[in-house]
Amino acid sequence: MTNVLQQIVSGLASGGIYGSLALAIVLIHRSTGVVNFAQGELATLSAFICWSLMDHGWAFWPAFGATLALSFLGGVVLQQTVIRPIHGGSLVGIVILTIGLLIAVNGLDSWIWGGAAKQFHGPFSTSPISVGGVAFSKQDIGVVAVSIVAVVLIGLLFAKTKLGLGLRAAAVNPVEARLAGVRVGAMLALGWGLASALGAVAGVLAAPSLFLEPNMMQTVLLYAFAAAVLGGMDSPVGAVVGGLLIGVLLNLVGTYVHWIGGELRLATALAVILGVLLVRPVGLFGRAAVRRV
Amino acid sequence: MRDRAALVGAGVVVLALLPIPLSDFRTVQLATVGAYFIAILGLDVLTGHSGQISLGHGAFMAVGAYTTAILMSSHGVRDLATIPIAAGVAGGVGLLVGVPALRLSGLHLALATFGIAIAVPTVLKKFDHFTGGSAGITLFGKSTQTGHGAGVKILGEQLTNDEWLYALTWTIGVVLFLLTWWLLASRFGRSLRAVRDSEVAAAASGINRSAHKVAAFGVSAAYAGVAGSLLAINVAYVSPDTFPIQLSLSLLVGAVVGFFGSIWGAILGALLIQFLADIVGLIPHVDARQGGPTTFFFGLVLVVLMLVLPAVSKVGSRVANRGYSRAP
Repeated sequence: MTNVLQQIVSGLASGGIYGSLALAIVLIHRSTGVVNFAQGELATLSAFICWSLMDHGWAFWPAFGATLALSFLGGVVLQQTVIRPIHGGSLVGIVILTIGLLIAVNGLDSWIWGGAAKQFHGPFSTSPISVGGVAFSKQDIGVVAVSIVAVVLIGLLFAKTKLGLGLRAAAVNPVEARLAGVRVGAMLALGWGLASALGAVAGVLAAPSLFLEPNMMQTVLLYAFAAAVLGGMDSPVGAVVGGLLIGVLLNLVGTYVHWIGGELRLATALAVILGVLLVRPVGLFGRAAVRRV
Repeated sequence: MRDRAALVGAGVVVLALLPIPLSDFRTVQLATVGAYFIAILGLDVLTGHSGQISLGHGAFMAVGAYTTAILMSSHGVRDLATIPIAAGVAGGVGLLVGVPALRLSGLHLALATFGIAIAVPTVLKKFDHFTGGSAGITLFGKSTQTGHGAGVKILGEQLTNDEWLYALTWTIGVVLFLLTWWLLASRFGRSLRAVRDSEVAAAASGINRSAHKVAAFGVSAAYAGVAGSLLAINVAYVSPDTFPIQLSLSLLVGAVVGFFGSIWGAILGALLIQFLADIVGLIPHVDARQGGPTTFFFGLVLVVLMLVLPAVSKVGSRVANRGYSRAP
């Protein structure tokens, strides 16, 4: 029993990381209908920036703040320079473009920082605490807490602020939003900025436990996709819940289903993606869009 | 038409003479280019002409390569005989993937095939009694190798092993190129493009939309299977790390460089995959021996191409494909 609890607790901890990256993916999907395949690599880049600042003697929190700001700015700039010009193109075209970004950012990371894994000291201690035989660390609690705080903040932004209203309006009906005085272009750029900042959070959360190297988020990206698809591609709450569920599911299946074991975690995530897309494409928290034919 | 036939003829002559001035090392590299060329041809059929995206073509290459490797090492089948079998097995897997793909929109298909590409190497590692696990399967020195790695005599001409591999790959490459050309100009190709441009209009014209889309997946995967099989024969070794997600993404870049759907461009894409590192190495102060810069420029090429080629950036969308919905 303790073992089951242990698996659930560590599953939640990894799930928090998947959830926060999924949140970034959902944010862009919801505002532009595009999936940003480069989200994971951008998160890694942010984590590298944070690491470099700390390597230059900055303390964690100021380095983290600067990283968030830079990532936000980077997201806005990317949207303006690369995404906006082909915004009218097909979704598949934009997807391919984000794959170009994925490859380029991955190459840039290993060009600048090399391929060797770096130790990243986050704000939370990774030394284990044991409660009733279940071991976890402050880092684990921190990860889950941060992902929940992030989704609450995003939810408040969308529901309670005028800015959030503009973001939603621009996503749902750009033409009418523009007529109503919403600056749709600015909203889309803002969406990318916010997503990149969230990605930075995911990257910095992941770096202490996964070790920082250029391919750090490659597998996390697939888990985040599974989380986003499971929760419903348009639901921020769904992304975080999906992330936590995927984290726990992978741990339990990996431990107790012997023919799957640790090696088929990625295949399990793939099965979740395929299963959800084929059976219930809107996910757990999504609402089916009605289309007039 | 006649111009293009002449172009193919000239291409064949160049291909036949090319190994003479080149070192063995370059000859082997060009053989690998041939394998990429075949895989990109397949991707052109699928994405360019039937409008379905695949980010996981490396996975179909893996199926072909492992079919060849397992048959050669454990079942005593000669390498040449494994190539059609690899095509069949990969094509079958392609058909199996094509059926659920019918229900997925472009974005979801991208997600699903991306997942396949990431998951396949781990699956290969898992079933190690069959695939040799992480260590892979070595084919070098196996009696099922034509020429046993030493060389082959064809038509009284003694070829070194490298020249033989080059000749084999490109003979198949040229045959498949002509086959693709014919296929895309045929009724089947026209129907594919009709389905891509408007499913409703195609269905109204009596085209079985599902059958065509699934068939495109099967054909495309079979090409990738042949490419994987040839890669395995060329390198005489396969392992899960031969087929990382990067391979699948490279093929996508290759197809974009080849303007998606123009099978003539496939050769450009294949050359870029193989030789970009050499080109990047020419830039001053850039060390291309480290993988980073090459990868960076690879991604940059893709981003820039998507931005400057409006037709390519609209791949899969109805209106924009008009520009190249003609036969290749």
